[in-house]
Amino acid sequence: MVKEYLTVSEVSGPLLVVNGVTGVGYEELVEVELASGETRPGKVLEVSDKAALVQLFGRSTGVSAFSTKVRFLGRGLRLALSQDVLGRVFDGLGRVHDGGPDVVPEEFRDINGRPINPCARDYPSEFIETGISSIDGLNTLVRGQKLPIFSGAGLPHGRLAAQIARQARVPGQERDFAVVFAAMGITFEEADFFIGDLRAAGALERAVLFINLASDPAIERIAAPRVALTAAEYLAFERGMHVLVILSDMTSYCEALREVSASRKEIPGRRGYPGYLYTDLSTLYERAGRITGREGSITQIPILTMPDDDKTHPVPDLTGYITEGQIILQRDLHRRGIYPPVAVLPSLSRLRDKGIGPRKTRADHPNLANQLFAAYALGKEAEELALILGESALSDLDRIYLRFTQAFEGRFLSQGEDENRSIGETLDIGWELLRPIPEEELRRLSPEEIEKYLRGAQEEEEGG
Amino acid sequence: MAGRIVKVAGPLVVADGMEDARMNDVVLVSDEELVGEIIELKGARASIQVYEETAGIAPGQPVVTTGRPLSVELGPGLIESIYDGIQRPLNVILQKTGDFIERGTAVPALDRERKWPFEPAARVGDRVGAGDLLGTVRETVLVQTRIQVPPGVEGELVSISDGEFTVTEPVAVLKAPAGETAVTMIQTWPVRRPRPYRRRLSPNEPLKTGQRVIDSLFPLAKGGTACIPGPFGSGKTVVQHQLAKWADASIIVYVGCGERGNEMTDVLREFPRLKDPRSGEPLIRRTVLIANTSNMPVAAREASIYTGMTIAEYFRDMGLHVALMADSTSRWAEALREISGRQEEMPGEEGYPAYLATRVAEFYERSGRVETLGGGEREGTLSVIGAVSPPGGDLSDPVVQASLKVVKVFWGLDDKLAYRRHFPAINWLSSYSLYLDNLQDYFEEKIASGWTALRTRAMTILQKEDDLLEIARLVGRDSLEPSDRLLLETAKMIREDFLHQNAFHAEDQYTSLEKQHLILKGVVDLHESSAAALERGISLKTVLSVPERRRMSGIASLAEERLGEMARTVEEALRAVENLVEAAAGPVAGSTGGEADG
Repeated sequence: MVKEYLTVSEVSGPLLVVNGVTGVGYEELVEVELASGETRPGKVLEVSDKAALVQLFGRSTGVSAFSTKVRFLGRGLRLALSQDVLGRVFDGLGRVHDGGPDVVPEEFRDINGRPINPCARDYPSEFIETGISSIDGLNTLVRGQKLPIFSGAGLPHGRLAAQIARQARVPGQERDFAVVFAAMGITFEEADFFIGDLRAAGALERAVLFINLASDPAIERIAAPRVALTAAEYLAFERGMHVLVILSDMTSYCEALREVSASRKEIPGRRGYPGYLYTDLSTLYERAGRITGREGSITQIPILTMPDDDKTHPVPDLTGYITEGQIILQRDLHRRGIYPPVAVLPSLSRLRDKGIGPRKTRADHPNLANQLFAAYALGKEAEELALILGESALSDLDRIYLRFTQAFEGRFLSQGEDENRSIGETLDIGWELLRPIPEEELRRLSPEEIEKYLRGAQEEEEGG
Repeated sequence: MAGRIVKVAGPLVVADGMEDARMNDVVLVSDEELVGEIIELKGARASIQVYEETAGIAPGQPVVTTGRPLSVELGPGLIESIYDGIQRPLNVILQKTGDFIERGTAVPALDRERKWPFEPAARVGDRVGAGDLLGTVRETVLVQTRIQVPPGVEGELVSISDGEFTVTEPVAVLKAPAGETAVTMIQTWPVRRPRPYRRRLSPNEPLKTGQRVIDSLFPLAKGGTACIPGPFGSGKTVVQHQLAKWADASIIVYVGCGERGNEMTDVLREFPRLKDPRSGEPLIRRTVLIANTSNMPVAAREASIYTGMTIAEYFRDMGLHVALMADSTSRWAEALREISGRQEEMPGEEGYPAYLATRVAEFYERSGRVETLGGGEREGTLSVIGAVSPPGGDLSDPVVQASLKVVKVFWGLDDKLAYRRHFPAINWLSSYSLYLDNLQDYFEEKIASGWTALRTRAMTILQKEDDLLEIARLVGRDSLEPSDRLLLETAKMIREDFLHQNAFHAEDQYTSLEKQHLILKGVVDLHESSAAALERGISLKTVLSVPERRRMSGIASLAEERLGEMARTVEEALRAVENLVEAAAGPVAGSTGGEADG
C-alpha cells in the first residue's frame, strides 16, 4: 500500500522530515513529488511514531514544506535485472541512461543485498592473469578477491584499471566474463576514457556501466555501488559469469556519506567521517567472493584516491582493513616515468599464496616472489643510504642491491600500457634480475631453485 | 503483554509499553521476531539493540520480552560448530535459508535430535554440587566433554542413566530439600556474566605456540592475556590463525568479530585438513568458531566476543586448557561506539563511549588459570589473545591503550617488517611479555637450563644491532669495528634464520621448544666463538666465510624428526670456528692470522 503525505516540516541539505507518518518502515523507498510534477527518490533513515527522516538521492532544491508530496512505497530501492543489462549504461540509481529502452526485468532485487553465509563461501584460489608483472608476479589477484587500488590525484589509476579490465583472464577460461563499472563522482573525461577503452577492446557488450559523474547529485553516490554490486551478484550467481567490478572513486562515495552524516548532526569520527564508516564500507566490499556450488564469481577492484597520498586517511585505512590487500600507486615512481607506478613493498595481495605455485602458476613462483621482495627492500635501503652518504660509501653488496633495484624498476615494474605479459615472462624477468646477486644472499630460495634457475642458466650462457 | 515500537534508527529500536521487561532481557522485535537485547530502560520505554537487519521495521509493530538475559547453550555439540554472534549455527542456517543469510531465522544452537553416548561417572547416593562430574561424552577424538552439575544446583543423586541421549533428555536426578532437579546435558548461561570458579591462580606454564618469536622471546602463559595491535597488512590475522592452529590448548575458541568472510572460510576449509602436531588429529576437532563478519549485523558483533568467552569458560570449567582468539577487538569496540552514538550518549575519546576501558578490562579479566568448582583438584586455564586494528596503526588509539592497561603480553606488529616480508612481523624491540618470571622455572627445568640467560643474550644482540645500524647509517658499515660487524651478521642470522618464520611452509610453520632452543643457542654460541676468534687476531672475513656457517641458515626448515642432524650442523659450525683458532695458534698459522680485514 502506498501512503502519500503532504507534511514535510523541515528541509536541510539532502534530508527531509515528514511528520505524522504511520506504518513507515526503516530503509523504505520514498518518492518525493515536487509541485512541478518532477519526482525524486529517497530512503527512510530513521522513523519514529511522530515523523520520518528521509534522505533524498539528489538535491533538495525546489522541495517545499507545503506543496511537496512524499510517498512511501513500502519496499527498499530495487533494481530491475535480466541478461539484457549487459552492454547498457545506467545512472547511479540504476535508471537507464543511454537513451535506450528500459530493461525488461526477469527479477527485481533489493540493492542492499544480504550477507553471504560464511559457510557458503568458497575460498578464492584461481589465479587471474592481468598481464601486469607487478600484480601477477608479486601481488597476485585471484578470482573472488577484493583488491583495491590506492591512488592519488593525478596518478594513472584509471589507465591501470582499464588495462586490468582489458587484459584480465583466467588462463584457459576466457568465456563468461563481464565487467561492472560504477563511476562515483569522477569527471566526464575519466568516465569517457574508460568507456572508450572498453569499446576499443570490443568489451562494451560484456560490460554494465553505472555512471554518477562529479556533476551529478552527490547523494546518488550512496546508492551507486550498491546498485552496481546488485547487478554483479545477479550476473555472477544467477548467470554464472565471472564478474570484475570496478568502483571508482570510493573517496567520493565516503564524502557523500559524510555529507549525510553531517546533515543528521551525528557525532563525527575521524576527519568528520561517521563512526559507522567501517561497517558501511564492509557491506560493499564483502559482496565480493565465490559461493560453493555456483559457477560465477565477483572480483572487486575498488579505486580510491588518498587525500594528500596519506595511507592513514580514514578511507584507505578502513578499506585496507576490509579488503584482501591493496595495490598502492606511488607519485615518485610516476614522476620518473614508470608505468604502472606500483609501489610493490607496501602493496599486498593477501590471497596470493592461495593462487600461485604448482598447477596454478609455476612451482618457483612463491619463493621467487618472496626473494624479489626481500632484495628490492634491501636495494631501497641502499638507495636511501646512497642519498645520505654518497654511492661511494656503499659496500660492494649494497651496490649490487642498488643496481638490482634500478633494473627491477626499469624492467620488471615498468611496462607498456598495451603490453600483456604472460606469467611465464614475468617470472623469467624476475630470475634474470636476481642473477647478479651472490647466491648466499638468496635465502628465500631453495638450493634446487638456485641450481635450476640461476646456475643452470649461467652455464648455458657461458657454454653458448 | 507486548510493547510497541516508537522509533527505528539502524540497529537501535525504541519501544514503549515495556513495563514487564528488565534490563538486558532478550526481546523479540516485530512479527518477524528479530532478536534484540534491552540496553537502556526509562520507565516503560526500552532501547533495544537488534541483532539482525532492521530494514522495513516500522513504529507500531510489537515487541515481546522473553524475560531471559542473552544466553548461550552449553553442552555436547559445540566442538566443530560455527556460530554467528548470538550462537546461531551458520551451517544449519545455510541449509534452511540458502547461501545468503535471511533474518529472523530461529535455530537452536545445539542439535536437539542428535543422541550422544553418555557414560555415567557418579553413583546413586553421591552428594554432588556445582562442578561435580556426573558423566562424560566422547564428543570428538580429541574432546571428551564432561557433563558436570551446573552452577547453583546441588543435592543427592537419586538416579543416573547410561546410554544415548539428546541434550534435552535428563541424564540424572538430584534430590535437595527444595525438591528434585532433573539434570540434562545442556546448560544455559548468560553471556555477560563470568562463570564461577573456586579460586584464581597465577599462570605458571607457557602456552606453546610453535612460533619462535613468541615462544622464545615473548612467551604467553596458559591463562594469560595478549594483544596484537598493528596496521592493516602487518599480518594480525595470520598470527591469530597460526596460534589457533598450533597453540597447545585442548580447546580453541576462535571469534571472527567484524572481519572478512573469506578469512572464516579459510579457517573452515583448512582446519579439517590440518593435523594437530601433538595428536595427529584434524585441528577442527578441538575448535569452536564464532563468525560475525563485518557485513553481518553490527549489534551481534558486540555480542560475539561474550558468546565466545562464555563457551571458552565452559570448557575451562572442565579442567581443560582453553585459548580464545578475538579478531578483532577494534571492530567490537566500533560496534559499541555505533550503538552508543545511536543512543545519543555523551562520547569519550574518538567518539567511543566513556565505558570502553571498563568493558575491555572486564573482557580480558575473564581469562586466567583457575581451580574449578567441583570435587578433585581440577585446574583449568583460559588464555585470551585479542587482535587490535588501530586506525593508521597508531598505538595511541583508545582501544589499544585500554587493552595495554590490562594485557600482560604485547606483540607489536610492524608494517616496515611486513614490507620486507619478514613474518611474523612482530617487532622484537617494542614487544614485551610480563610472564618471563612466571615461566622461568618451566623453561629452565623442562626445556634447558640456561634458557633465561640465552634469551637475554639474544635480546642484547638485537638491541645492540639497532644501535649499530643507527651509527652505520651515519658513517657507513665499513667504518665499524670488526667485532661490531660480526654482531650485525649474527643479528641478521637471528632475524632471518630464527625470528622469520614461514607460515605456509610445512616444516617451518611449527617449531618445538627443543628445536627453538637448539637453533637460538647455536646462533648465539657461534657468535661467541666467532667473537673469540676475532680477538685471537683472525680476520672477520675468514670467520664469516667458514662454509659450515652458511649451512646453519637452513636448519629452521628441517623436520622436527631431524633434531640430531641439526645439532650436528651446529656442532660442525662451532668446531670449524674453533679449528680456525687452533690453526692460528699453531706454527703455520701466520698467514691466516695476519691477513688484513676485508
